Amino acid sequence: MTRVEPAARGAGQDAVPPSAGSGGVRVRRSGPAAWIGGGVLVVAVAVLAYLPYVSSRGTQIDLVGLFSLIVLGTMWNLLAGYGGMVSIGQQAWIGLGGYGLVYLAGTLGLDPFVSIPLAALACGLVAWATSYLAFRLSGGYFAIGTWVIAEVVRLLVIQVDEVGAGSGASLTAFSGIDPQYRIAYVYWVALGVAVVVVLAVYLLMRSRIGLALTAIRDEPTAAGSSGVPVTRAKRLVFVLAAVGCGLAGAVIVANTLRVQPGSIFSVDYSATMIFIVVIGGLGTIEGPIIGAVVYYLLQDGLADLGNWYLVVVGVIAIAVTLLAPKGLWGLTRGRLSVFPTGYRVGRGT
Amino acid sequence: MTWVNAVVQGILLGGLYALVAAGLSLMFGVMRIVNLAHGVLAIGAAYLALEVADRLGWHPFLSLLVVVPVMAAVGYVLQRGLLDRALRGGELAPLLVTFGLAIVLQNLLLEQFSADAQRLDVGSLGTASIRVTDGLSIGWFPLLSAVVGLLVVAGLGQFLARTRTGRAMRATSDDQEAARLMGIDNRRLYAIATAIALGTVAVAGVFLGSRTTFDPGAGATTLIFAFEAVVIGGLGSLWGTLAGGVVLGVAQTVGAAIDPAYGILAGHLVFLVVLAVRPRGLLPAAVAR
Amino acid sequence: MSTPLLEVDDVTVAYGDLPALRGLSVRVAEGETLAVIGANGAGKSTLLKTIAGLLRPQRGDVRLDGTSLDGVPAHVRVARGIAMSPEGRRLFPSLTVEDNLRVGGHARRPGPWDLARVYDLFPLVSERRARPAANLSGGEQQAVAIGRALMANPRLLLLDEVSLGLAPVVVAQLYAALPRITEQGTTVLVVEQDVNQALAVASRVQCLLEGRTVLEAAAADVDHAQLAAAYFGVEAR
Repeated sequence: MTRVEPAARGAGQDAVPPSAGSGGVRVRRSGPAAWIGGGVLVVAVAVLAYLPYVSSRGTQIDLVGLFSLIVLGTMWNLLAGYGGMVSIGQQAWIGLGGYGLVYLAGTLGLDPFVSIPLAALACGLVAWATSYLAFRLSGGYFAIGTWVIAEVVRLLVIQVDEVGAGSGASLTAFSGIDPQYRIAYVYWVALGVAVVVVLAVYLLMRSRIGLALTAIRDEPTAAGSSGVPVTRAKRLVFVLAAVGCGLAGAVIVANTLRVQPGSIFSVDYSATMIFIVVIGGLGTIEGPIIGAVVYYLLQDGLADLGNWYLVVVGVIAIAVTLLAPKGLWGLTRGRLSVFPTGYRVGRGT
Repeated sequence: MTWVNAVVQGILLGGLYALVAAGLSLMFGVMRIVNLAHGVLAIGAAYLALEVADRLGWHPFLSLLVVVPVMAAVGYVLQRGLLDRALRGGELAPLLVTFGLAIVLQNLLLEQFSADAQRLDVGSLGTASIRVTDGLSIGWFPLLSAVVGLLVVAGLGQFLARTRTGRAMRATSDDQEAARLMGIDNRRLYAIATAIALGTVAVAGVFLGSRTTFDPGAGATTLIFAFEAVVIGGLGSLWGTLAGGVVLGVAQTVGAAIDPAYGILAGHLVFLVVLAVRPRGLLPAAVAR
Repeated sequence: MSTPLLEVDDVTVAYGDLPALRGLSVRVAEGETLAVIGANGAGKSTLLKTIAGLLRPQRGDVRLDGTSLDGVPAHVRVARGIAMSPEGRRLFPSLTVEDNLRVGGHARRPGPWDLARVYDLFPLVSERRARPAANLSGGEQQAVAIGRALMANPRLLLLDEVSLGLAPVVVAQLYAALPRITEQGTTVLVVEQDVNQALAVASRVQCLLEGRTVLEAAAADVDHAQLAAAYFGVEAR
């Protein structure tokens, strides 16, 4: 006898009947923890949205940095944690997003807030085209291949005089807006981007594609022969991750008003993303958010260390990979799940 | 004559790239590890040679007597201490660990030696050349580095083909569990492979550091060039890596002859074209793995 | 009774929660040929992998000459005289036949077998020596796999499913070589699904069902009805 009960309504509702099981087993996606966690998250976003009315410009500019880190971590996790692809070339899309904003809003004179998503879409398009090259490599060679693509993008961008060639450019499109408003607007855009990106990955992983991705990650050959469209799903992930990183890059430039090829195309971004995801917990939605917060706090705390800062970051990343591969979020041992993408089997009531 | 000159210099440069890439190829071949710290390790070896040259007043080539064994020992310990563990942690772990290692090493080098560009001084060898015709002369140093690259690739090939340990490495590469059933201690073998790889990396680092200036950030391009040579040549084939190095070297020197700013870019573009047209490389290994 | 060469004593091996061997005991005396038979999933290959050191028993012990092999890794067991021709041959596809054989002798144990003796035993292998192992027929691959195990000069030779996927005439040819192996004093443990073949070469048979012994007899005295019943796990009347 199999009894299936929808665990709850709303976000946690779609319980799927197991095809076989012994009496009293029920399958559910969310538990009470997810509801509490989800509630906390909604309140946190609401508080953050209200912040510009009560906080200094400096705080807002700082927090935009945090939101970008959350987006970057979430995107890298989508690639590696869900898609099984280690990329060390995501700076290609960060840079292209940043430069795209400068070009669309500065050179072409489009509205900067329209330019941000447009620049990100352009990243997706370029990523789709380059995926046909990158996907000819796998594993570690894929990783370096993405880096080469990022280098090519950088070397091409610095040939373009309209965006300042090798020396970079300033974003002047906001000059008509009062700085106080501009900072608040950019803050809200950054917060919105972070929320949308996290939710998008959450919904993607709960969809059929998410299921396929999990199958690919666990057993690519078997997934391929069982009818899961491996390459298509991976390509979708690759393109989405580029769009997300492009958004982050545009937000970073909108926040700092300056784009410089050496820093926006720096491989240090990949190091940052990897650290965030590894320390937070690979293959979970919560992990990169926690990792981003940890990185953000460390960044403030360890800024005085200079080069030792990245040494510490690297050592922690290695240690976590080898000793606690599930990261900080893994320490909860699945007892908590704010974003339940999998199913849990438990005794029915 | 500039074109002939560019091609000749490119071929010689290719020998150096093959030297840089040989260790990357070996580690991937035996353990399926793509060592993302490969480039930084080469630069680290160059700094080590610099220290030896400074403190003992030795010629950079003489310093190889110290640098090669030290790097080989580092490789042995690295494999036993970190990479063996990483191999047990699934497919992503070796990548994350070697990338983390690259970040750590690069920043340790920055801390120790600052970001200032350095160069190993090989004396008159660095400038001496054989004049072939008016527009074409071959430098002794590029020639020497190409010959050393050729010898290292040939030596590794002979080692893998003819020795008991080399055979065991090929067997382990094919089927690790079956190799254990033949009495092969795969972990010891892995440590030896990494030690040899880092020994070649040490030689590569000293030649790289004598050819041009280097700084702690130079590991990135070093890794990328080595990787491009390996992929252009075809995975799992040492002679392919040599061919790939030559193709990359020629692309860079010919690109730079068109416009100095295009050298590196031309190398990347040729790599991408090969990837598009011949994804298995120019000289793929006979047996697909 | 003297100490047997191999003692598998009350061994339990499980894959996750699924036990493949349930308190199984097997003894093989020096110079003897034991055939372990059983249907698919009886635990035969698990038994050989446990003896070779690829799997670690949850309970029980494996002893060679009375010395426990607990914690002894697979490659050290080869040096102590246990060699295996694994299920599915598992040749090194990119290596030539001769290199495959040389790798078999990696442990450098002294003994009667060397390249010349193996080629003498399997003349067909000798003709193929320069070819990559990937380009051989199934029967040729199996001969190389047995030869490769012999190169380790084992005291105990483990043969896993020699007949798998091969034509009966080829299987018969392969097993015809077995007396020349045992006459060197080598002890052999064969795992087979082909019962007749096993009975023909072995001095003793042991039949497994779901990880336990259901029948043990000298090959000469086996009652075929009883054996069939044990093999399929039905009551013999």
